[in-house]
Amino acid sequence: MVTELVKSENHYLTAFRELVPTMPWLELVRSGAIDRFEQLGFPTVRDEEFKYTNLASLAKERFQPATRAVEVIADVERFAYPETAGAHLVVVNGFLSEELSTRTGLDDVVAIDLFSAVADARYNKIARKYLARNANYHDNGLKALNTAFLQSGVFLWIPKNVKLETPLQITFVSDASSAKSASFPRLLVVAEENSSATLIESFVSNDDASHFTNAIAEIVLKDGARLEHYRLQNENRSSYHVGATAAELGRASSYDATSINFGAQLARHDVSVVMDHEGAECWVDGLYVAGANQHSDTHSVIDHKQPNCTSHQLYKGILDGNARAVFNGKIFVREGAQKTDAMQTNKNLLLSAQARVDTKPQLEIYADDVKCAHGAAVGQIDEEELFYLEARGLNPELGRSLLTYGFAEEVIGKIKIESIRAQLDEAVLTHLHTRLEA
Amino acid sequence: MLEIRNLHAANDGNEILKGINLTVRKGEVHAIMGPNGSGKSTLAKVLAGHPQYEVTAGEVLYEGKNLLEMPPDERAREGVFMAFQYPIEVPGVSNAQFLRLAYNEKRKHHGEEELDPLEFKDLLKERAKVVEMDASFMSRSVNEGFSGGEKKRNEILQMAVLEPKLAVLDETDSGLDIDALRVVAGGVNQLLTPDNAIIVVTHYQRLLNYIVPHYVHVLAGGRIAREGGKELALELEEKGYDWITSVDGGKGTGAGAPAN
Repeated sequence: MVTELVKSENHYLTAFRELVPTMPWLELVRSGAIDRFEQLGFPTVRDEEFKYTNLASLAKERFQPATRAVEVIADVERFAYPETAGAHLVVVNGFLSEELSTRTGLDDVVAIDLFSAVADARYNKIARKYLARNANYHDNGLKALNTAFLQSGVFLWIPKNVKLETPLQITFVSDASSAKSASFPRLLVVAEENSSATLIESFVSNDDASHFTNAIAEIVLKDGARLEHYRLQNENRSSYHVGATAAELGRASSYDATSINFGAQLARHDVSVVMDHEGAECWVDGLYVAGANQHSDTHSVIDHKQPNCTSHQLYKGILDGNARAVFNGKIFVREGAQKTDAMQTNKNLLLSAQARVDTKPQLEIYADDVKCAHGAAVGQIDEEELFYLEARGLNPELGRSLLTYGFAEEVIGKIKIESIRAQLDEAVLTHLHTRLEA
Repeated sequence: MLEIRNLHAANDGNEILKGINLTVRKGEVHAIMGPNGSGKSTLAKVLAGHPQYEVTAGEVLYEGKNLLEMPPDERAREGVFMAFQYPIEVPGVSNAQFLRLAYNEKRKHHGEEELDPLEFKDLLKERAKVVEMDASFMSRSVNEGFSGGEKKRNEILQMAVLEPKLAVLDETDSGLDIDALRVVAGGVNQLLTPDNAIIVVTHYQRLLNYIVPHYVHVLAGGRIAREGGKELALELEEKGYDWITSVDGGKGTGAGAPAN
């Protein structure tokens, strides 16, 4: 069994040796990462962080790392939210496509290929300073694998005091033109002092073919910077999606993140926010919806290292069929991080008797003058609420859909981009039932 | 319109209704009164089809059809409406969304075209006047954070939108101050037509000062203990319920409701 696993992971090592050589610094990063991956391999259920998420089937499948950009995606605009008004980068199988991307309204904002940024004298220093800094691959085989296959990606730099008015969208498309592809999207965001922007990351599949996405976004907010960040994962049902979002917040900065997980047969999202400067505030919210045999796992770490920081976290889950979800939310309040205000809530709605969720909120507090609260709940549709709707003429199925929609609305409702809200409403209200039963 | 014959109903094996007979015709207002535990709220819930109650005997005919065979949602679409004593909060669903959905479900049921959000907005604005409800309530989640009075007004707004043939108001007056009571009762009166009927379930007489019943039925121990005209309610207000419940039966008025 073990031999078999090791063998199947070997093909990543083979693929690594075939990568096109690049700049010495990046070569160093990549080879360090592949060495680490060789040692760690894919996480197993013996790893506490993967206790409920079994990656054995992913490890066994021979996904082939994508090695070049696909420049043709029919009607790529269909993935764009209209509010972005032409600020739309398209990354296919991990490679930024210049052909498919448009940069209307970005002005002073730099949104370029991560590789070119490393090579560019203007951005080289920033890129080298922050790349692979917050997404540490030394203790995680998946992050190591992503880093080993750094070949492109997006470098997003928002200069000091620049306020980006329209949202910037980055669509990560998986395309099966090369069969069973593994892609390793990488995003580095550096928002300089007092800048502000809205970023949409959207993960989609261009077809129904099985694929493996292993994505990392690293986000650096300097003092007073503000970022509204939407991460929407709606890949096809035969795909595997593992993703990490790692943010560090500057003094009095504000990070408002919403992660929506609808897609993939197996989805894992690790989100971490480090608050190492006073007065930072973050919202780390999310919604996961899973049906049939889907598995959706969210692990979050909010790390309060300095005083006077505030974190708000609301994660909701809707599970149907044989779906399984995991929520693990850690909040650390480090020694000296006085006047920390940390709040975490995880609520789950089970629509079937077979659906299951493992939720584990964890608070570790090493300071004494703090305000912290956390809670987790798992429930079903309330029969009294359902009867109320039936008594107004809604059939039970419609009533359940409406209550489910209402449950999701607490998260969806705070999304400030209307077309995203509308798409999610539609997905929950109209398609939830059929989608989940399918 | 409604014919209740020898209705028995139980909750968790305990019989609460022990043979109710009641006839309601178009254009009539009936008051169901009675002390706590007499079964008056149970009667309202049984008519609406609450799953907690099991009908153990008897029948209910609504417009000639067997009401008890219909699921609750079908009863509602057929024109039976119950205003809840404790209206339920539905977080995340706006009042306007909910009402449009309910309204259109009824339209579809009757083979009529659905109203789009704009058309419905106009209708809603018109109907909201009946209970003097501010437009801001329409975009708020159903009953969420509403005061007791606002919830009851919202029930009557739903009634105004859905235009039931038979409305059952379950203790709509409970928890209302006098101003709210006046607004709610005023709304109900505006909705009464020669073609519909209202059953008012209440503990106290004061609501009946505003919604004047043609008939008053007093429940005690799961049966109708006494029936009369609106003056019966006044008598109860004065004497309390003891004289009815202690003098067993007391239903000397004979079968059927007395003429007004």
